[in-house]
Amino acid sequence: MLLETVGLTKRFGGVTAVDRVDLSIAEGEALGLIGPNGAGKTTLINLISGVVRADGGTIRLAGSDITRLPAHRLAALGIARTFQGVRVFKGLTVQENVLVGRHTCMRTDVLARIVPRPRAVSDPHRALALALIDRVGLGRRRADALAGELPYGDQRRLEIARALAAEPRLLILDEPAAGMNPTESAALRALIGGLLLEGLTILLIEHDVRLVMDTCQRVAVLNFGRKIADATPAEIQRDPAVREAYLGTEAVA
Amino acid sequence: MDAVLDFFRTYSTTIAIIGVSALLALSVWLTLYAGQLTLGNAAFMGVGAYVSALLGRHLDTPFPVALFLGAVSAAVLALPLGAIVFRLRGVYLAIATLAFGEIVRVILLATPITGKGQGLNGIPPKTELWHIYLSLAIVAYVLWRVQGSTIGRAWAAIREDEIASASQGIAVGRHKLAAFVIGALIAGWAGGLSAHVTFSIDPSDFGFAKAVQVLVFAVVGGIPNVLGPILGAGLFTALPELLRPLKDYRDIFQGTILLLVIIYLPRGLVTFVEVRRTRQLSRIGAADVA
Amino acid sequence: MAEQLYNAVFIGSIYALFALGFALVFSVLDILNLAHPTVFMLGAFIALFVIGTLGLPWFVALPIAVLVTGLFGIALDRVAFAPLRRRGAPALSSMISSLAVTLIVVRLVELRYGGDFITFPAGAVPAFVFRVGDATFEGIRLAIVVLTIALMVVLTYVLRRTQLGRDLRALAENPRAARLLGVNVDRAIAATFFVSSALGGLAGVLLAFAYNTLDSKMGVPLELRAFTVMVVGGMGSLPGAVIGAYILGFGEVASLVYLPTELRDAFAFGLLFLVLVLRPTGLLGQKSRDRV
Repeated sequence: MLLETVGLTKRFGGVTAVDRVDLSIAEGEALGLIGPNGAGKTTLINLISGVVRADGGTIRLAGSDITRLPAHRLAALGIARTFQGVRVFKGLTVQENVLVGRHTCMRTDVLARIVPRPRAVSDPHRALALALIDRVGLGRRRADALAGELPYGDQRRLEIARALAAEPRLLILDEPAAGMNPTESAALRALIGGLLLEGLTILLIEHDVRLVMDTCQRVAVLNFGRKIADATPAEIQRDPAVREAYLGTEAVA
Repeated sequence: MDAVLDFFRTYSTTIAIIGVSALLALSVWLTLYAGQLTLGNAAFMGVGAYVSALLGRHLDTPFPVALFLGAVSAAVLALPLGAIVFRLRGVYLAIATLAFGEIVRVILLATPITGKGQGLNGIPPKTELWHIYLSLAIVAYVLWRVQGSTIGRAWAAIREDEIASASQGIAVGRHKLAAFVIGALIAGWAGGLSAHVTFSIDPSDFGFAKAVQVLVFAVVGGIPNVLGPILGAGLFTALPELLRPLKDYRDIFQGTILLLVIIYLPRGLVTFVEVRRTRQLSRIGAADVA
Repeated sequence: MAEQLYNAVFIGSIYALFALGFALVFSVLDILNLAHPTVFMLGAFIALFVIGTLGLPWFVALPIAVLVTGLFGIALDRVAFAPLRRRGAPALSSMISSLAVTLIVVRLVELRYGGDFITFPAGAVPAFVFRVGDATFEGIRLAIVVLTIALMVVLTYVLRRTQLGRDLRALAENPRAARLLGVNVDRAIAATFFVSSALGGLAGVLLAFAYNTLDSKMGVPLELRAFTVMVVGGMGSLPGAVIGAYILGFGEVASLVYLPTELRDAFAFGLLFLVLVLRPTGLLGQKSRDRV
């Protein structure tokens, strides 16, 4: 198991957003996380990525307890994520965004910068950044564009490039396909597929059920903070409890 | 040639003050670059000024050493302060640093060794213009180069979005503290230089008014570019001199110019000297700070 | 002892009147109006002008001063804040533009009246004292306290029970939604500045009457204390500002007994710093949340 949560709990005031959730993701696996709005999916990944602190339970990464670690330490340990409402660095360029993503792989180069030297020092990082920008479909021609001026879909892709720049072991995607048209989500599907082939482990939150079913080997379902199902996509689709949770909303069918 | 020398002689104090103001503005600029609005740098300047002056007077400390220790004292003071306040954001941080600055001023007022309200007089004029401008050149250069480094990028990222920065592995608290402490170091150094130019210092030189003035230099000059605060300091320090013929109406003109700049030049004075290469970062205004 | 108490209540009331205006603008528009101490000073000087130059009695000067500063507040917004609001500039820019206005206005006043302390013409200011047992109390301070309390009641009523009050609260919560819901935003903002500046001006006139002196820099010490008051009471909370004002008033008077004069200011700033570190939201403020 690459990532495991045991009895993970988070309360906000009187509301239990995440209620004793047990989750496990094997190395190289793609786990989908679905559930109605407000089910606690984003809170769960906020817990895993260290953005909020758990009230109970444990989180383990490759066997080590990471429950109390802050977000930046988790990033260094190989957990990368994107955000539901895109959080790119709007005032920085596309390339600079991705370079920030490289932060955990970079040694501090302040002294090198102060004494002028040819760009050799940072070249490999820049090259990697450009390659990632190409890979997510942004195109390196746009490397100097301001992130804040990109269309929404491109900002989403930038976030993924930035997350990948850290060479993570676990990539958490929070609704990456929101607002994408069919062509774009097909490209996203291909990207995720490619990443999985390279051995990356992925945790995917999505409302686009087709995307989840097509890319994930397993799917966990949250409702009101509790995990109500954890099985293969096919089994989830047949599960009556899941149907009930989604009653009225777009289909598990 | 004579005319130039004459010019320098008459205006040497002003030119010195411009240089010191520019250094101060850069110290504030640094914290603004990391997304923090601080009003405490005037107090750090005061600490540097008093420490270096007192060391020189009572312990006969050589000038460079006194300057250095003054700056270091300011930095040491900034450490606990930064650790305490870095959790605060925006307006709260500004007010907290302002309160701290005022507390320092009050303590300076009340401590006998500083001469209390009378201040310290008869500080030997050890600072040469070239001290000031060499410091300025070095600090400006270093800050300019740091912008493109890992740390510089981390600071910019923190300014944009702290949570996203943390998720990229940036230790936000530590970086903010670093910007804060380095800013204090620069301000302390500037204070030491300034004390040995103006012969006398007193606590009111380093209070709210000064803190605001320095902030104005940085913001009006413009954030994206290291040049900005230098321009801001230059303009607003030189302005009273340039406007001397206007005598009593000086403040009114200064206020009006300040008002016009802040309203119509969102990126500050730097708008007039936009350099192509910094196009990317120059789109940022003070918008991302407060 | 009773005199100390009386003083504390009086000082607290002045702080409260001043802070109310300051907090009002902050809570509705999220900006720190650093020109507020200027309207405080302006109120006092307008009263001086009306009494000294126009020769009118104090009870005419007072309402005129309040009215004029209120109007000045509206003008202040038009000149210094509205253009920045229109382009979505950050709070920092508003702080600086209000600072610029302060520079200009203070200088203008000094050009006319100089920078030194001035007193009102003899007999112009109402002054009566009353004795209770051994102690002497100045009547005007009592009047100020009563007036402050009355104003707070009126303000609370306006905010809670009138359409304008509702508009202001909607604006404070969510400007965009307020506009969409039909709130006349421009009128609400103008009203905010009018009330805020009128309160500030009133505080200035009253303080000037109480001490029978005024000067161009009289707003400065209050400005810094206003920060303390707002933070202690909770940024953006009006009742909080009032409570904070009295806490500060009492605290300062008490600390005068125990601390040397030079350190008097230290109380206000020490308290401010302490609250910011331990409980930034103050007594009644709301917690700001960082949403992910």
